[in-house]
Amino acid sequence: MKNSGPGPREKGKDLLQIRNLHVEGFSDERWHPIVRGIDLTLKRGEVLGLIGESGAGKSTIGLAAMGYAKPGCRITQGSILFDGIDLLAVSETVRRRLRGSRIAYVAQSAAASFNPAHRLLEQTVETAVAHGIASREEANRSAVDLYRRLQLPDPETIGFRYPHQVSGGQLQRAMTAMAMACRPDLIVFDEPTTALDVTTQVEVLASIRNIVEEFNTAAIYVTHDLAVVAQMAHRIMVLRDGLTVEEAETRQMLAAPAQEYTKTLWAVRKLAKPEVAAEEYLLTIDHVTAAYARTVKVLQDVCIKVPRERTVAVVGESGSGKSTLARVVTGLLPSLSGSISFAGQPLSKSLKMRPKEVLRRIQMIYQTPDNALNPRQTVEDIIARPLEFYLGFSGAQRDRRIGELMHMVEMSEAYLDRLPAELSGGQKQRVCIARALAADPDLIICDEITSALDQIVQEEILKLLMRLQKDFGMSYLFITHDIATVRAIADEIVVMHQGKVVEQGMKSEVLTPPHPAYTERLLSSVPEMDPDWLTTLLARRKI
Amino acid sequence: MNPVARTVLERLGLGLITLFIVSIIIFSAIAMLPGDFAKATLGQSATSETVAAFQREIGIDRPPVERYFVWVAQMLHGDFGSSFASRTGYRRSVAEIIAPRLYNTMFLAAVTALVAVPLALGLGILAALYRNGWFDRLVNAVTLTTISFPEFFVAYMLAYLVISRDTFIGSDFAQSLPHWLAASLGWALNAVPKFPTLSNVNEQTPFWDHVWKVALPAITLTLVIVAHMMRMTRAAIINMLASPYIDMARLKGMSPMVIVLRHALPNAWAPIVTVVAFNLAYLIVGVVVVEVVFVYPGIGQLMVDAVKSRDVPVVQACALIFAATYILLNLIADIISIATNPRLLHPR
Repeated sequence: MKNSGPGPREKGKDLLQIRNLHVEGFSDERWHPIVRGIDLTLKRGEVLGLIGESGAGKSTIGLAAMGYAKPGCRITQGSILFDGIDLLAVSETVRRRLRGSRIAYVAQSAAASFNPAHRLLEQTVETAVAHGIASREEANRSAVDLYRRLQLPDPETIGFRYPHQVSGGQLQRAMTAMAMACRPDLIVFDEPTTALDVTTQVEVLASIRNIVEEFNTAAIYVTHDLAVVAQMAHRIMVLRDGLTVEEAETRQMLAAPAQEYTKTLWAVRKLAKPEVAAEEYLLTIDHVTAAYARTVKVLQDVCIKVPRERTVAVVGESGSGKSTLARVVTGLLPSLSGSISFAGQPLSKSLKMRPKEVLRRIQMIYQTPDNALNPRQTVEDIIARPLEFYLGFSGAQRDRRIGELMHMVEMSEAYLDRLPAELSGGQKQRVCIARALAADPDLIICDEITSALDQIVQEEILKLLMRLQKDFGMSYLFITHDIATVRAIADEIVVMHQGKVVEQGMKSEVLTPPHPAYTERLLSSVPEMDPDWLTTLLARRKI
Repeated sequence: MNPVARTVLERLGLGLITLFIVSIIIFSAIAMLPGDFAKATLGQSATSETVAAFQREIGIDRPPVERYFVWVAQMLHGDFGSSFASRTGYRRSVAEIIAPRLYNTMFLAAVTALVAVPLALGLGILAALYRNGWFDRLVNAVTLTTISFPEFFVAYMLAYLVISRDTFIGSDFAQSLPHWLAASLGWALNAVPKFPTLSNVNEQTPFWDHVWKVALPAITLTLVIVAHMMRMTRAAIINMLASPYIDMARLKGMSPMVIVLRHALPNAWAPIVTVVAFNLAYLIVGVVVVEVVFVYPGIGQLMVDAVKSRDVPVVQACALIFAATYILLNLIADIISIATNPRLLHPR
């Protein structure tokens, strides 16, 4: 394959210069600013991390570096100079020829960003062949080589699979291979590991970092995860509301953030609750086995106890059976064998067999409030429903209770006549919490409820949950894959792997060594703010 | 391939069950029609003895349940029975009556489909590519207009256009127009091919002559069905254009044409083929009006005539053929939907 970039690829020369970039997005019938005057310079071979909460404009800037604005967005001002080419001045045809060949993109969700109708190899070589950079055979050979370098299993044949036939981590690496196919000068990574488990994330991060170094590719790495960006980037730019907060070399930024906002970002991960030992058990899961379609056992012989007024965190990677556990406890999925008792009484396996009173006492909050809230109901309707259904409230009594619940989740009553679409992600999750509280439950099952939220919002929600527990004394069964969340909220921890409980105990016991092998792997995979963490970890694991 | 083959067999089995249920419905519906072939043929002046004798001759004096099973049994042997118009020594089998008519109907449907389906897909793809532009609006407006007129109106207008080709210049209307306008209209009309306005064909009509003679009915039907298929193609593709993998294709530097053809269309086949199948079925079962206008001897007219004369075996056979057509075309649509979905074709 030919080197498509003109000139030598030595480090130190400016590859990308963005000056005074303004981008607007269209919503609610008018244009809103998303990016408000960003300057950015990237040298050849340099990796720049863009970090900030959602809505900070980091993905938009990443796309603008390709001369691209999402449908519904427009670049209104500024200049984007890529290797001497003004991307905003040239024609769409010229931009199109640069995209994929000299500037490539790696998207957040590889599962959604690969076309389900074509095999991986076809998609990997598409740009190279379409732009005449390589012949089909050359491109295929090069793709297999990239698959190998990215440590994909069976590099010779994996390209003949369809996207749905490979795992999420493998897809993300295949997408990196696709971006690398034309040996671009610049790759924009848009939260490439956010959708992955920590254990998979480590492998993907290592693959990406190696290949970017190997080909001396410059990269813009967009993420909201500080610890990840610390591993990947030479330089970090912190963004907020479309403006640069500060920019510095990674080590300097981590050691001494200058701005107040950056410091709050850094502080989020330090939330930790002292554990309290159990006094009395509310829920006892005894040797439960469950399966979908009766064949593949998703839960095997699981025993878990949830104490009153405490939080039990269930951790594990996807496929470990933690969400299935929630479905079994709520009765959505009747178990095959084993028993569950709740407040000293045996719990019917199936939801339909449980009396209303038991249903009321176990409530659930889901990962994505967008799916859990009826988009056509106002906040008031949503919260009123359990009050009417379980408690038979009506009229003034109901309205007063709704007001109290809104107050409990720290939301103004002004939001009551809003629809879910008119709320932010954090507010929607608060409404879900209020709905669960409305039933006055003893146990709330929280299934990854903070995973879709920004770190700052995550912290607020976790604090809210802890305060509510202190005030009202309910128990939480908190399902998550995020160790920082566990540290923040748990009293006890259950580690699950492939449908089995690997380890369980008080938070302090589980989090301090020695660990069983899987717990060790899981805990060590959690990125740390130390920029040498990934290097050290990989070196240690190789031994 | 195994799960796919199983699905296909399942659908096929379901189709047969549907056909069986449909046969019961057809039979009961026809049995419930007032009057019968004997009364209809012999007229009001016939005595009840003559009617009874005639009923016995054609076998409609038997109880309905028995007649139903006899009918089904015959059908399973590939025998559609005899028309009530048969006489001793002159048996007219239903198959023999229907076969040429069915051929004609299939012929017209095939000619129309060969024009309409590619046209609709092409227009739909282009409309999706230039969505919300003038081309898109124009195609939408024109196809909506043609689908909004009744078929017989479109048919007569087309026939009128062909006839005016020769008569326009001499007409009073042309005389009343300014000379230049009349001349240019006449010139434009001259460009219209001289399609036959009567589609009278028989078994001896040569193939290409047949094609020529069904030109006007085929054009009429094309105008009627193109809008539906074209709009579904456009909508299905545009629906796909919102997917993240389309953004990805844009960021890989693919041109809009490649994005629509290679990235959106392969994922949009399922809704498109469903609508195409529906319209093809319509071409076979719903074209009686167009047949009447162009005096084309198709199966629709045959069925209407048979209903009028209470020739029950012919009506039943036609209805069953129509039902089978729907079931078969929908089965094919299902199979295409499966074949274009790699998730089903290549399970994990």
